Amino acid sequence: MTTTIYVPKDSAARSVGADLVAFAIEAESVKRGINISIVRNGSRGALWLEPLVEVVTPEGRVAYGPVSPADVESLFDSAFHLGSQHPLLQGRTDDIEWLSRQDRVTFARVGVVDPLSISDYQAHGGLVGLHRALSMKPEEIVTEVTQSGLRGRGGAGFPAGIKWRTVMATASDYKYICCNADEGDSGTFADRMLMEGDPFTLLEGMTIAAIAVGATEGVVYIRSEYPSAYETVNRAIEIARDFGWLGKNVLGSGIEFNIRTRIGGGSYVCGEETAMLESIEGKRGVVRSKPPLPAIHGLFGKPTVINNVLTLATVPAILGLNGAQTYMKKGVGRSLGTQVFQLAGNIARGGIVETAFGITLDGLVNDYGAGTLSGRPVRAVQIGGPLGAYLPVTSMAVSMDYESLLAAGGMLGHGGVVVFDESVDMAEQAKFAMEFCAIESCGKCTPCRLGSTRGAETIEKIMLGQNVAGNKKLLLDLCEVMTDGSLCAMGGLTPLPVRSAMLHFAEDFDQRARGQQ
Amino acid sequence: MTLLMEPDFGTPASTNEETVQVEINGVSVAIPAETSIMRASLVAGISIPKLCATDRLNAFGSCRLCVVEIDGRNGTPSSCTTPVADGMKISTNSDRLDRIRQGVMELYMSDHPEICATGDECEMHAMAKQVGLKEVRYSGRTHLDLPKDESNPYFTFDSTECIVCNRCVRACDEVQGTFALTIENRGFESRVSSSGTSFIESECVSCGACVQACPTGALTEKTLYTIGTPTRSVITTCAYCGVGCTFKAEMRGDELVRMVPYKEGGANEGHSCVKGRFAWGYATHPDRVTTPMIREKITDPWQVATWEDAIGYAATKMKALQAEHGIESIGGISSSRCTNEEVFVVQKMVRAAFKNNNIDTCARVCHSPTGYGLSQTFGTSAGTQDFESVEHSDVVLLIGANPTAAHPVFASRLKQTLRKGAKLIVVDPRQIELVRTPHIEAAHHLQLLPGTNVAIINAMAHVIAEEGLIDREFVNERCDQESFERWEEFIRLPENSPEALEASTRVPAEEVREAARLYASVPNASIYYGLGVTEHSQGSTMVMGIANLAMATGNIGRPGVGVNPLRGQNNVQGSCDMGSFPHELPGYRHISNPKTREIFEIRWNTGISAKPGMRIPNMFDSAISGDFKGLYIQGEDIAQSDPNISHVHAALRSMELVVVQDLFLNETSKFAHVFLPGTSFLENDGTFTNAERRINRVRPVMASKTGKSEWEVTCDLATAVGYEMGYENAAQIMDEIAATTPTFSGVSFAKLDELGSIQWPCNSEQPEGTPIMHVDNFVRGEGRFMETPYVPTDEKATRKFPLLLTTGRILSQYNVGAQTRRTANVIWHSQDILDIHESDAQLRGIDDGGWVRLISRVGETILKARITDEVPAGVVYTTFHFPESGANVITTEYSDWATNCPEYKVTAVEIAPSVRGPQPMREHVSTGDVELESIVRMANQIAANLPSKTAPEHAVAHHIEQFWTPYMRERLIKEVDRSKLSLIVIRAMELELNQVPN
Repeated sequence: MTTTIYVPKDSAARSVGADLVAFAIEAESVKRGINISIVRNGSRGALWLEPLVEVVTPEGRVAYGPVSPADVESLFDSAFHLGSQHPLLQGRTDDIEWLSRQDRVTFARVGVVDPLSISDYQAHGGLVGLHRALSMKPEEIVTEVTQSGLRGRGGAGFPAGIKWRTVMATASDYKYICCNADEGDSGTFADRMLMEGDPFTLLEGMTIAAIAVGATEGVVYIRSEYPSAYETVNRAIEIARDFGWLGKNVLGSGIEFNIRTRIGGGSYVCGEETAMLESIEGKRGVVRSKPPLPAIHGLFGKPTVINNVLTLATVPAILGLNGAQTYMKKGVGRSLGTQVFQLAGNIARGGIVETAFGITLDGLVNDYGAGTLSGRPVRAVQIGGPLGAYLPVTSMAVSMDYESLLAAGGMLGHGGVVVFDESVDMAEQAKFAMEFCAIESCGKCTPCRLGSTRGAETIEKIMLGQNVAGNKKLLLDLCEVMTDGSLCAMGGLTPLPVRSAMLHFAEDFDQRARGQQ
Repeated sequence: MTLLMEPDFGTPASTNEETVQVEINGVSVAIPAETSIMRASLVAGISIPKLCATDRLNAFGSCRLCVVEIDGRNGTPSSCTTPVADGMKISTNSDRLDRIRQGVMELYMSDHPEICATGDECEMHAMAKQVGLKEVRYSGRTHLDLPKDESNPYFTFDSTECIVCNRCVRACDEVQGTFALTIENRGFESRVSSSGTSFIESECVSCGACVQACPTGALTEKTLYTIGTPTRSVITTCAYCGVGCTFKAEMRGDELVRMVPYKEGGANEGHSCVKGRFAWGYATHPDRVTTPMIREKITDPWQVATWEDAIGYAATKMKALQAEHGIESIGGISSSRCTNEEVFVVQKMVRAAFKNNNIDTCARVCHSPTGYGLSQTFGTSAGTQDFESVEHSDVVLLIGANPTAAHPVFASRLKQTLRKGAKLIVVDPRQIELVRTPHIEAAHHLQLLPGTNVAIINAMAHVIAEEGLIDREFVNERCDQESFERWEEFIRLPENSPEALEASTRVPAEEVREAARLYASVPNASIYYGLGVTEHSQGSTMVMGIANLAMATGNIGRPGVGVNPLRGQNNVQGSCDMGSFPHELPGYRHISNPKTREIFEIRWNTGISAKPGMRIPNMFDSAISGDFKGLYIQGEDIAQSDPNISHVHAALRSMELVVVQDLFLNETSKFAHVFLPGTSFLENDGTFTNAERRINRVRPVMASKTGKSEWEVTCDLATAVGYEMGYENAAQIMDEIAATTPTFSGVSFAKLDELGSIQWPCNSEQPEGTPIMHVDNFVRGEGRFMETPYVPTDEKATRKFPLLLTTGRILSQYNVGAQTRRTANVIWHSQDILDIHESDAQLRGIDDGGWVRLISRVGETILKARITDEVPAGVVYTTFHFPESGANVITTEYSDWATNCPEYKVTAVEIAPSVRGPQPMREHVSTGDVELESIVRMANQIAANLPSKTAPEHAVAHHIEQFWTPYMRERLIKEVDRSKLSLIVIRAMELELNQVPN
């Protein structure tokens, strides 16, 4: 009898030794003459348990973690391949509370399935949404996506259905679906994990979008730092093509749809949707002015749906039987469905937490995250990437949804939650925000191109105690110019972390207080 | 006179026909939909600060100075990128907007010189003031230590003044289409870069669009530093190619500081090329001769003379020659570089003072087949469209033209159209730049063997006829049915199929078929062609073939279609219009028509000869025969530009009086006895007519350096010869043209000054001119199809001369180089180069960059070799810009059957490596009766080219009667050995005998 053992191939798991663990298990099994078959799955998202090894038992999958290669011998000694006791045993995977409490919709299959097995994909509900979409009119698909309340998960939170409707309604001989997988926010990794762990879901979502709006070609724009995701998505595309899903005749429907991938230009701003279009077109990743909207005048001037990986990967579930009805019942206010939060930074239990909108920040940071890794008190949390606001601990009760965060002076962004303990220097963080912008700015608009450098220089002066009052005024003036004057969100949002740091952590900008440190 | 500041509305005008109402600062504005808020405001007189926006470029939205507030919308959008919407309420001023603008300018000025070297040329300091910036509080890193790039001879790039607004990059992309500039790095480090190298080493073509677009002193003409800021402008017309760009000549005192393309210029709409924009220094070059000179013999040194003496000397000699050798023994050549007024008086002098029709023009050697071909088919000798029309084309068929080198400003317009999606078909032996260049790739390149144009055009027409692609409705309504039926029968002959002609053209039949289908299948297809069509033994046939193709597919009479000759020189169209052909009076009216002659006879108060005069090659032949003795040549260097130079030199040496009027002591002046100094376009008052029939004003920006206008000199000469001629000013000459020439009847300097330019016909029916011709009817009534049998040229590749030489131009140089060689343009092209395909070079042991002997049956020369795949195996190519390389030592006496336009484009040659560089030209000596030989060749050629089915002898006889001098006809009948003539010629001669001229 052969035992199936899951060892994640996810990059995060590999970064903590998953490949060596898989190799050690393989070697040890041969040595011991035990028949096993290793499946390299995606990560379950409990990164604090990685490498998380799962064994298939009659009672279900049983998890051990975090496993190091040195643990493998003792695991075999304990007959872990039968699901036996071991100090690393976490019990049945489905019973791990950190996971079972979550509400996984987008990430339902990530870590569960063999990422490149189309039969495994179908066995876990894959292609149901696409088959249903093929039986519907484009108009009905768009309506259903609109009704579900799904909003853009890339950060802007624009209703996906409305964007699709614009593309659908724009007459053109050719249309595109562009998936933005240039996941550049610090502390975010959900796009990567989905592409590595369940790429077919993304392809299915793109195919449904294509049917809805009448697109012929899809492009997945993958961050250059994501070689594994790039490889996995490409392989998945090949498999889908061989399967008759992608190509001239999508699942026998007569509809043509192809997907190709592009490696990102290596700049943060290439994740800005119009800069991404420029980059896909082979040009410098420079932001375009809007209007025209990409939905009307997008890639190569054609109507284009641009959605984030998570947005598109949620679509198959919504198109599943009663999916929209189920999906829209989750969440709060106008933030419907689930959000894939990513816990990172100085946090004890980092990883993917997919749950309905409305969980508190405290629920994420302290319940799921179990506080800081350092053990020191939390001082600040940055939500929504490097351009997101820093919130103080007094904001821990904030509901994690688009509107509440906005009201609290922050933004949800791509769902990244980065935790800092009390050792953080918030003036330094503010300066970092400007420096990040200075390095990553495309250089097109003046406020961002020059303002970011001037901003970093001015904060430096404040930190050095030079004309502090005057420079603080200058910095606030600059923040206004950048917020109101910048061409895109890059320059427009850079003041957000700066201002929030100045507002909530004013003491760090105070010369006397700094001097005492 | 002051410096003209053209208004800039920030973004291009909207073409939307719908009008919307918006309210800007409480003022109601009606404006076309899709107009930007910026443009709407500026048009309404409401100013908005801007730096990155300019109305020649698409909105970009980078400087963020033009932000506005819109009722009901969040944020402060940039007004350049935001279109108006009906009912929109916009505010362009508020405290918040002021703060943003001041904040932006404060950032800008924190990385900008406190004082700019170019003064007001840099808009930054004025803008800072305009937005109310009081102080710059920032300090930190700057780019003020970056080095200047002075590598381009005409302009500098000073990165320290650069504000990275991208206007230069966008101008290079959007307007010029060269894509030589980019932004390097990102964020604060973003800098304008000529793609990582210096400007001179980059792909920059020095069109000047970037310099013009730059709002600061970063890109500045060097003359601005050396001469200073201009203080006044004069609107005038470029004197280079037939595009006819309008420029603002910006002057400081009497010194020209710079030529800036004028946005209102009908042909160029604000664009320019390296020649017009920068290469005008020849006009004040030390080589300019500004005083008349005389000498007895051409071996004597020149003697400076007064105007009176020089003109008196020339006139006396001319009168003496006519007294001794007859009325027909002298003549004149007018120039396509001169103004319409100058050309008109030259032909008038010949007809009224010389009393013959021995007047020809240098258009003889370029576009005379266009005149013949389009007259036969459409009824007039002119392109059918304006340049703007190409923007409406779905397919452009480009034949024998290399616009990016020879007509750069049109090329940019064409490239814009192609980048928007129009398809391009290139018919050319060479891989010209447009076949594949950034963001452009020709759908088809029919890379034919030189000399097989007619085969290709017939093959394409054959496919269109055979595959049911003829636009029957157009043909039925607009064309002469009988001629169409004859043509259709002819073109459908199997011998005209692409398959049958593949062996001649070397173009795969299927490619021809696909190209023909593409041309015939779109709503609007246009044809543009150059000297690669006309300078062939079948140049006229090809022009008619092109006209047939356009008529058969209904591609005539609306925007986006048509037949368009790209004229080589600034006033080719005009010099032809002005009656400087020996058989035609102004307006293309045959000299034999007594009614036409009467108009001029009354006006001029003298009789006019009814007999066609000599064409340029006839003059040479006749000179060598000893009959033609005196020639007045204005602004043309026949001793360099005309084919078979040995023959030309021999002819010039045979003459007793050669009068040259030119800016420089050119090659022809080596054979001259009288030199009359000419004036440059910067000194002239008059008009040029460009390739789109657009009459543009040429205005003097400085005083004549010779003390006289050229037309004045011509008038003085005519008067001295015995016919009194004189005008008070050039406008009077135009008045005479208008009074005598129906197509010009509505033209006057006053109207030109009012309208800017006029495309003829301009008359009572079309008082403001005619941008597109043949809209409802052809000029000749119905369009006439002409049969175009393919007759291979006699100039064939042989064992002794196995390669075919073809010639052309390069961007930086112009024709014989008299102008451009005297400018800094030589930095790009300082000698003529022979392009050779690798296989031909290898076979002969020729190295890239090595010297190579180029030999034809008429001469040889030595050039530097360049090995390239721009020419196919079996074809070599060179330019003719430098007298020392003597490309025309090689070219032959063969010419177009109908017009004698030389066959420059096909010469059988051999090449061999040479250890020596260029040597003094070795002249080939013609023997025998050259004139008689020409007569035989021309007669047989005419017979071969005129349709053979319907009484060809009548057609041949008629042709000869129309275009030959009586003397040549007489020699044909009386002196030619009939065994050398084709049967049709002999039969034609029998018809002739019945009405032999006396």
